Parts: sequence; C-alpha cells; structure tokens
Amino acid sequence: MMDLAPLWLSAKLALVTTLILVVLGAPLSWWLSQNRSRWQAVVQAVVAMPIVLPPTVLGFYLLIVLGPQGAIGSWWVQLSGESLTFSFAGLVIASCVYSLPFAVQPMQNAFESLSRSHLEAAWTLGASKLDAFFSVAVPLSVRGFISAAVLCFAHTLGEFGVVLMVGGNIPGETRVVSIAIFDQVETLNYAAAHRLSLVLIVFAFITLFAMFLINRRWQSR
Amino acid sequence: MSYIDLKHAIQKGDFRLEIDTEIPAIGITGVFGESGSGKTTLLRCIAGLDAPDKPVPAVHERRIGYVFQEPQLFPHLDVRKNIEFGMRRNPDAKDTVAEVAKRLEVDKLLDRSTRDLSGGEAQRVSIARVLCQSPRLILMDEPLSALDERRRNEVLPFLDRLHAETAVPIIYVSHNIDEICRLSDHLLVLDNGRIVAEGSLRDTLTRIDVPALAGRNAGAVIDVMQVRHDSEYDLTLFEFSGGELWVPGRHDSSTQRLRVSANDVSLSRSRAESSTILNILPAVITETAAESASTVLLRLSLGEDVLVARITRRSLQALELKVGDTVYAQIKSVTVRR
Repeated sequence: MMDLAPLWLSAKLALVTTLILVVLGAPLSWWLSQNRSRWQAVVQAVVAMPIVLPPTVLGFYLLIVLGPQGAIGSWWVQLSGESLTFSFAGLVIASCVYSLPFAVQPMQNAFESLSRSHLEAAWTLGASKLDAFFSVAVPLSVRGFISAAVLCFAHTLGEFGVVLMVGGNIPGETRVVSIAIFDQVETLNYAAAHRLSLVLIVFAFITLFAMFLINRRWQSR
Repeated sequence: MSYIDLKHAIQKGDFRLEIDTEIPAIGITGVFGESGSGKTTLLRCIAGLDAPDKPVPAVHERRIGYVFQEPQLFPHLDVRKNIEFGMRRNPDAKDTVAEVAKRLEVDKLLDRSTRDLSGGEAQRVSIARVLCQSPRLILMDEPLSALDERRRNEVLPFLDRLHAETAVPIIYVSHNIDEICRLSDHLLVLDNGRIVAEGSLRDTLTRIDVPALAGRNAGAVIDVMQVRHDSEYDLTLFEFSGGELWVPGRHDSSTQRLRVSANDVSLSRSRAESSTILNILPAVITETAAESASTVLLRLSLGEDVLVARITRRSLQALELKVGDTVYAQIKSVTVRR
C-alpha cells in the first residue's frame, strides 16, 4: 500500500507555488523585459541566483530569515502565533524563491519577443499601458505563461534540499514526495522508494512532453 | 480655416528634429522627404510615441489614429475584434463597425483570422480600425510602402475615397512623390529634421530651389476640369487656368489631378507649327535654378497654375531664356492622378 500523503502534499505545494509565481512573476518579468537600466541587470542576476546556488545555501539563509528570530519569521510569529519554519506556509515561501527563475525567464522571453509596434498600436488606439498589457501583451505571450507554469510546477515538485532545510520532515505538513523517497531509501525500504520514484518519473515525462507538444503546435500556427 | 499646431523638437543621437509650423485642420497634409529626413520621427512625436520626457497627454488619451507601415493587426484577435479594439476604448466613437468595414470593403472579412488576409486587405483593416476609434487626427506612416504594386492598388482607391469623404485631417508621410501628388492638398518637405518647404501642394511641389524636390521628384500637379471626350481619337480634353490639355483615353470623373513631370516639358521661343506634341501652351518663366552642371529647372506660370521644366544649361544659353520671358511649353505627357 502506497502512502499517498507526500504525493498529495507535493502537488499542493507545486500548485500553490505556481499560482503565486505566475501572478507575481508576470509584472516582474514585464519590468525586466521593458527595462534596460543598470538596475535591470542587478535584478536579473538576483532572480537567476537560485539556478546556480546549491539548495543548501538557499535553504540555510531561508531558515534564518524565516525562523522565529528572522526578519520575516518573527513578523509571521507576531501575526499568526506560529512558526514559519517547518510549516507548509514556510515551504511555499521557500519554493517561490527557489523556483522564481523558472517562472520569470519564460515569461520574460515571451515579453521580449513581443513586437513593440503591437503595443504602440494598442496605445494609439486608446489603450492605457495597463490595458495594453492585459489585452495585447498577455494574450500574445500565452506560450511563455504555459512554459512558466509547467516549469514552475515540475521544478517545485522536484525540490529537495531547500525543503529539507526549511521544512524538515513532518508528515502531512512538510513531508513532500522527495523527502519521503529519501526516507524510504534510508530505512532500506526500496520497494516503497521505487513506487514513489516511478510516479515522479512518469509524471515528469508526461508534463514535459505535453509542454513541448503544445509549443510545437503553437509554432506551426 | 482652422490650423493644427506642430511644434516638436527631439534629439536622437546625432539626429535632431525641430519642427515649428501649423497645418490646415482639413484634408491631407503630405510629409515628403528622403529616408532619414525625420518623417517618421515627426509622426511619432505627434502621436506621443517619441517624446523628450513623459508625453502629456499620454498616448492613449490623444485620440490620434496611427496607420503604421505594417498593418500591426493583433494576431490573437479576429478582424472584427481588431476593428472594435479602438472603438471600445473611445466612449464617444460614433461609427459602427459594419459601416466602416463596408466603406473599406472588409465587411466580408470580419470573421476571418488576421493571418488569412492579403497585405492590402490587412492594411485596409488597420485603416478601418483607426477610423472606428473616431480620431481627431489620423497619421499615416508610408502605409503603402510594404506592399507591392498590385497590393498597393488594393488600398490606394480607398485612400482617395477617405480623402474625399472624411472630415478628419490626415498627415500622410511618404518618400514616394507619386503618392504625395495623388493624395495631398498641403505639403511639408523635410530634410535632415527641418522643414525646407511648406504650403499648398501646387505651390510647394514646384519649388525648384529645394534640392529634395529636384531630380526625379521635379514636376507639377494641375487640377483640371473635363471638357469633352473625342471618341474618334480617344482623347479627353481638359481645361485649367492656363489653357487646355489633351489626354489619351477616357476619364470618368469631371475633375482630375494631372501630374506633369519636369522631364516631360520642353520649351521653345515660338509656337512650333508642325509638332507631334498635342499640348503646346504659352507660359511665363518666373524662376530659374541650376540643378546640376548640365541641367536647369525652370518654373513657369500659366494662368494661376505652375509647371516645372527641366532643360539643359546649354539650351538655356542658346535660347537666352531669362525670368519674365514668354515661351511655349510643350507638354509631352501627363499622368492622371485621380
């Protein structure tokens, strides 16, 4: 009998993270795509850092910031009376930081490949900048949004190091599938580890395959 | 008559645009100049797309329609939604999509995807889109230059009609003197970011002292009235303030705009008795200007109209032509513009 709770928790974490990152990442990606100042390069570099940093480094600092003594953690404790670390909410914040580049880069690429003339046409037709963003830029960048969502979801599903540092291993709260697999392997329960791993492998393949298929269909249009 | 103020100054790298003038708030003002003369920059300044600082009012509050070189239709919307785009954003827009679409003969295309349009159709849809927003001013930035000859003729007649029917002033930018002659009433000539000539089309086009209007651009336009058609030889007789002109073929409308290129006008001191040229008219030389080492441009007045002739400097000296002389202008051919 397979313990489904970690799978479910992983899916929930990935879904919440994806939603937050696509919504909050879109304006950030837009700003990055339209801006050519020195600040743009700085922000661009910061956003990309989770790609190169070991998850342990990221997790270590998140643990400090989110901890009860940390800048965000202490504020959260005052607000809700609970600790952010070793909680689902803490995991969501950590995942958002960790997966940020995977949301921003596809959306930014899509926004950059937009023809500026389409935006200018929209403005001269009476659309404000905000209106043109939603009525022209977003619909013409759907592919970027889909890529961002898929990559975010898949990447969050696969995270391990950051979760271990920030969330620990609390069943039903922070025990996501990657942690569960690690657990099973440690206790030499290979059969259970196989089952969970296989589910992940199949899922990863299907998601990526679907994404490339969608992308190809779009290109040929 | 009311006027539109054009006051724009902008620096772009080495290039500086500095315009300070006014144009009639009616009809089409042509803006002519070579590429790099600042035509597009001027339009972008007027629209608020290029501004030294934050444009005030913002682009979307100006109600200035902009027809781009490429139609710039939104690929995620069908033709109808494209045309509605500007209308929805201008609460006092009064035309309906159906009316405007019919005027530009895109009413059969309304449910199509923009991908399935020819270049000419797409440009007509973009013009319909601009008309539907009820703009106070329409800017057209070489709307025909991306089209080949055949596609161009899918759009030009509609521009003629727009000219005749709409009360909205239009600024039409082009480096093509034929389009300018055909469409505009008023003309601005730009060179290196400055206005080098401006005024009514008739008077400005014939400025022989402006280098931008020399070479293949030198010539004149004459607005003529049809008198009759001679069916035996298939010639049409037109009259204008300077006399009468025979033009091959039958022409439908009673008024026409004829373009006479400077190369098609030659001069003689006396009226040639036997000549193959049908149109020989007396004219007075009002101005001469050296064009190159070998050629001279002459400005001629015929009644209230003006012609430009290109002759060799050698002929000028041989015939001892000078300002004030009466000569006979032999017009070899004319182009019917509308």
